[in-house]
Amino acid sequence: MWYPLRKLGLLLLTAWAAITLNFLLPRLMPGTPADAAIAKLAQNGPVDPATRAAIEAQLGVPTGDVWSQYVQYLGNVSRLDFGVSYTFFPQSVSSLVLNALPWTLVMVGLVTIVAFVLGTLLGVLAAWKRGTWLDTLPTLGGTFTSAFPYFWTALLLVFFLGYTLKWFPTSGAYGLEATPNLSLAFIGDALGHAWLPAVTILVTSVGGWILGMRNNMINTLGDDYVTFAEANGLRTHTVAIKYAARNAILPNLTGFGLALGGVVGGSLLVEQVFNYPGVGYLLFNAVTNQDFPLMQALFLMITISILLANFLVDILYGLLDPRTRR
Amino acid sequence: MTALVNPPEPTGSTPPHQAARGAGPVLPKQHGPASPLRVLTRGASTIWSNKKARIGVVLLLAFVALAIFAPLIAPYGAGENGFGRNQSPSGSHWFGTTAAGEDVLSQVIFGARISVLVGFIAGFLSTLIAVVVGLSWGYIRGPLADVINFIVNLVLVIPGLPLMIVIAAYLQNGGMTMIIFVVVLTGWAYGARVLRSQTQSIRGRDFITAAQFAGDGAARIVFHEILPNMTSLITGSFFGAATSAVLAESGLSFLGIGDTTTVSWGSMLFWASNSNALLTGQWVLLFAPGLCIALIATSLTLINFGVDGLSNPRLREGTGR
Repeated sequence: MWYPLRKLGLLLLTAWAAITLNFLLPRLMPGTPADAAIAKLAQNGPVDPATRAAIEAQLGVPTGDVWSQYVQYLGNVSRLDFGVSYTFFPQSVSSLVLNALPWTLVMVGLVTIVAFVLGTLLGVLAAWKRGTWLDTLPTLGGTFTSAFPYFWTALLLVFFLGYTLKWFPTSGAYGLEATPNLSLAFIGDALGHAWLPAVTILVTSVGGWILGMRNNMINTLGDDYVTFAEANGLRTHTVAIKYAARNAILPNLTGFGLALGGVVGGSLLVEQVFNYPGVGYLLFNAVTNQDFPLMQALFLMITISILLANFLVDILYGLLDPRTRR
Repeated sequence: MTALVNPPEPTGSTPPHQAARGAGPVLPKQHGPASPLRVLTRGASTIWSNKKARIGVVLLLAFVALAIFAPLIAPYGAGENGFGRNQSPSGSHWFGTTAAGEDVLSQVIFGARISVLVGFIAGFLSTLIAVVVGLSWGYIRGPLADVINFIVNLVLVIPGLPLMIVIAAYLQNGGMTMIIFVVVLTGWAYGARVLRSQTQSIRGRDFITAAQFAGDGAARIVFHEILPNMTSLITGSFFGAATSAVLAESGLSFLGIGDTTTVSWGSMLFWASNSNALLTGQWVLLFAPGLCIALIATSLTLINFGVDGLSNPRLREGTGR
């Protein structure tokens, strides 16, 4: 079958599986949201049956058999209707998610691309200059920084660059007085606020790309065709870039999808430290307030975004490597 | 070329044709399968020969010692409070005290216990699942393999931390057992995929065909014939899984998911950021626990540099190409 079409089919199948998992997850768990809310109330004294009935009516106790619930759920998801948030009561879950999504998508998306390009280049350099300081420094540095917990890098940057040196704002995505619009002043303000979270994610995620690319490069450099190219007297950077790196980058691209999940997970922790109004911050608020509809919708949105990013990488991979198109 | 100085050794059975060389009386007797002990010492020396891995082993052992002997090393108990609040480092409290009046140094030392424990247990359980799934999946053919393929890819692509947070929110107040459970649930798939592709390549070798003709069952072939050839990869996925388990535990504890009264490096940072250690200027309280997490995770990754050299001689330490 035609390569992009096959990948599209796989995307739809995986998205369906993720949506179904999101449906099953709360049903596999002990208790219902109503039980949790009642248990919370019960800490302050006994809950009378009228209150219980009111809570169950408000939060919705599943009715009907699982199959009809599932059909109804699929219908709701297709209309992007995830119900009403418990915490931010009159607001619908969809509007909350749609407000938070751009902040995370833009920041994490840009940083991920920068980290990938930078890390891949450093990895090529490290493998080519193997054994010199150009190898040791990025390899050991990358090993160390990729072991940093995201939230720790964030805390340190906030502490030293934010509170102590006061170079960057420490919290939020824009100034307190500003309202989101597309003026240059606002975009400048938002960029100023995005610096610290972005640098945190860059520092912590770049190491993985360096190490991955270095390993692939070392393997490729040992291949006969590279030795042959060298023996032909081609210029060194032609051999390094056009012969070795071009093939070595392919496994790194496949790893892109897997790493993306880690970066998004890390960005949740980073947003928490910076009070950055993205998806992660909202998810954390939903979890602490036991706002189950919001939590489920966010988890689904994060998963679908990652699936889409993976799909795009797969298409790109097909363009770069003709062998996969067969 | 270090590969010539230190030739790759087969980790499994010694091929029988080597016995043909033993003609002279002086030559050492050729033996059958290498004994597990010899394989182990040879593997350990390959890892030790890698400078990076050596640093990792020493670091890891230091943390394990810290965890085991915590009550002897720490000046105070982990939960012992009543000292002054938010104190800066001093002679009696080297790292200062927390907002609840606990000794930071003692908490850092006791915190090693949680990280080491979670790393080992979650790493071991993830690897166990990865071995069982990965090897069987690599050996079988047919539609079942496609189904497993789909499931593993799904687990791989679903972002781990958000899933862990959501599951943890449903399983309320589960403490460390719950954290280990969610870490294992999301952590086994990567190892399974790596082990599967190696199994697929071993599946076609002659000694497997021989075992099949000898009438061995599938389970025996997978776990008795194929498994011993994958020791290095399994070791590698153990250290990889342990690294992500340590990092995941710290992230969940930092978010205050699980039991916040357990003293771990993640929960120390949870309390530090909730009590505004940023504003009181206690940088040691912020710095020390995170550095420990980073160091223990680095040590595991460094060991894996040596383990990589076991299965791939090209990755052994050397200069140039």
